[in-house]
Amino acid sequence: MSILINKDTKIITQGITGKTGQFHTEKCQEYANGKNCFVAGVNPKKAGEKIFDIPIYASVKEAAAETGATVSVIYVPPPGAAAAIWEAVEADLDLVVCITEGIPVRDMLMVRNKMHRKEAAGGKKTLLLGPNCPGLITPDEVKIGIMPGHIHRKGRIGVVSRSGTLTYEAVGQLTEIGLGQSSAVGTGGDPINGLKHIDIMRLFNDDPDTDAVIMIGEIGGPDEADAAMWCKANMKKPIVGFIAGVTAPAGKRMGHAGALISGGADTADAKLAIMEECGFKITRDPSVMGKMIKAML
Amino acid sequence: MKIHEYQGKELLKKFGVVVPRGVFCPSVDDAVKAAESLGGKVWVVKAQIHAGGRGKGGGVKVAKSLDEVRQYASQILGMQLVTHQTGPVGQQVRRLLIEEGADIRKEYYVAVLTDRATQKVAMMASSEGGMDIEEVAHKTPEKILKVFIDPLDGLSDEQATYLAKGIGVPDGSIDQAVNAFKGLYRCYMETDASLAEINPLILEGNGNIKALDAKFNFDSNSLYRQPEIMAFRDLDEEDPDEVEASKFDLSYISLDGNIGCLVNGAGLAMATMDTIKLFGAEPANFLDVGGGATTEKVTEAFQIMLRNPKVKGILVNIFGGIMRCDTIATGVVVAARTTHLSVPLVVRMKGTNEDIGKKILSESGLPIITADSMAEAATKIVAAVS
Repeated sequence: MSILINKDTKIITQGITGKTGQFHTEKCQEYANGKNCFVAGVNPKKAGEKIFDIPIYASVKEAAAETGATVSVIYVPPPGAAAAIWEAVEADLDLVVCITEGIPVRDMLMVRNKMHRKEAAGGKKTLLLGPNCPGLITPDEVKIGIMPGHIHRKGRIGVVSRSGTLTYEAVGQLTEIGLGQSSAVGTGGDPINGLKHIDIMRLFNDDPDTDAVIMIGEIGGPDEADAAMWCKANMKKPIVGFIAGVTAPAGKRMGHAGALISGGADTADAKLAIMEECGFKITRDPSVMGKMIKAML
Repeated sequence: MKIHEYQGKELLKKFGVVVPRGVFCPSVDDAVKAAESLGGKVWVVKAQIHAGGRGKGGGVKVAKSLDEVRQYASQILGMQLVTHQTGPVGQQVRRLLIEEGADIRKEYYVAVLTDRATQKVAMMASSEGGMDIEEVAHKTPEKILKVFIDPLDGLSDEQATYLAKGIGVPDGSIDQAVNAFKGLYRCYMETDASLAEINPLILEGNGNIKALDAKFNFDSNSLYRQPEIMAFRDLDEEDPDEVEASKFDLSYISLDGNIGCLVNGAGLAMATMDTIKLFGAEPANFLDVGGGATTEKVTEAFQIMLRNPKVKGILVNIFGGIMRCDTIATGVVVAARTTHLSVPLVVRMKGTNEDIGKKILSESGLPIITADSMAEAATKIVAAVS
């Protein structure tokens, strides 16, 4: 098993005809069972055409109805990306993965509140991963997103991080010492997003094929502390934790819009302290995340 | 992106928030003329820089005659204003705001921001205006009231009234305060702000409510659709190297250490900075080259890092994904040659085409030190500069 996606997942690509969408769709198709997983694309102007043998539909709803797809991945440029998320939510998909970087925060705020309202009214709950995220992968089964497939290896360690390259760093270390990954998930660098560390930790805790987790965080926001408190009470598996940004000054946006220290509880030191208190094995040296997990198994 | 107080007040006024009459002045003569045209007996001369804490630093003065306006304007314009937000060097004052004096009976605080935890818009208000709000939050948190606004509904009359009453606005002025809160909220939303703060919001002797200050920060993802806000940008207030970097789509922030670092990805860039510190040195900058680095981008990145005279060594840390290590290696070699690099350079590369990248580095004939892990890279660069 794995979390969120596996070799049988059927996926729609929104923004498949753009440059980024095409580039990554081809890579995702080439990875493991990708050929069978990526079943539809969406572009109202190109409905009826095909790209890489993938049929293009006019809407997400139609693509889902025709192919039985339950997941979508979004490469739509920032001005239209929030609308693309909402289209997938209205089509009642299970999971939407939004790769797009640079979506206006107000647009995300609006679409997240529409999603909350739909759920509160008894509508189907659609999970959102991202935006501004690398996506997620279940090694040797399927990858949805922009991560390099070849550094992964099938195994039993879960990886969760906001950042792309920092996730790859952890995955690379694990693969190098012979440990594989059950799933690796990047939740994204934006302040208003969907799935958070706590949600991914819950899923890893429930996954019988995950033995331990590397949880990587960054400065800014309450997500890592929330996840740590939940883990203290519920998590049955060992966790190695790292927080990036010990050297980041307050008030400066470190690339990710979410990586901005605002109060005082969201510094790297404060988060590391909470994680340690909650039973994580923490490290300040990101080079040893893999080795530390190995020692705990 | 930040803007000046006088620009923030223009925005507030557009959304129906009452502000004092005032004139933006680029020179001392303009300041005196502005005071004359405003009339009255009391004026406030205010330094316009992006940093807060201007009053304490001597950048805000109350003048009781036109001579005093001239005197204070001369003192403030051109001064190197140091506040708790500017750093020890301070910021040169290039612009002034001359305002009519206000009859302050009471000072309040109000701010709007986006709350990540609830995914709502938060409005905070306090009876303790005119002070450092972080100090209020620390010492008397009960004096800060908050409401969480569903952006699909907007700020309701009930919420605005709750805040106004809660911070002690007298009955006769509640409607004005509610109006100010609603204007502030609409201004925040429609301009794609990420922070809007009025400190202080004042009650005048005659019962009027006015915004005596205005501080804004805007979501950089939204600037493409906010031409009016973009026009407010003042490059003099920004770090020239950060501005230069942004032209090349590089995310750069200068710091105080002596190890320059060039990394792909914001998270990995921060982790690299932290590793440098862990092994005994301090990073000179944050620099994320992003996903689509080219030779030109890497060269530009080197040039920006090397403009900082404190840089005594450079660490390049790349995890090749879509961006291949050989592309970066070629870029690093060209950049080292173009910039006639004279400080030690450590390169750590992992991921796609790692071997080809390493080969390009070793065959370049340049004294590039390579490393396998981040820890090894940090150890080597720290040793090389000390």
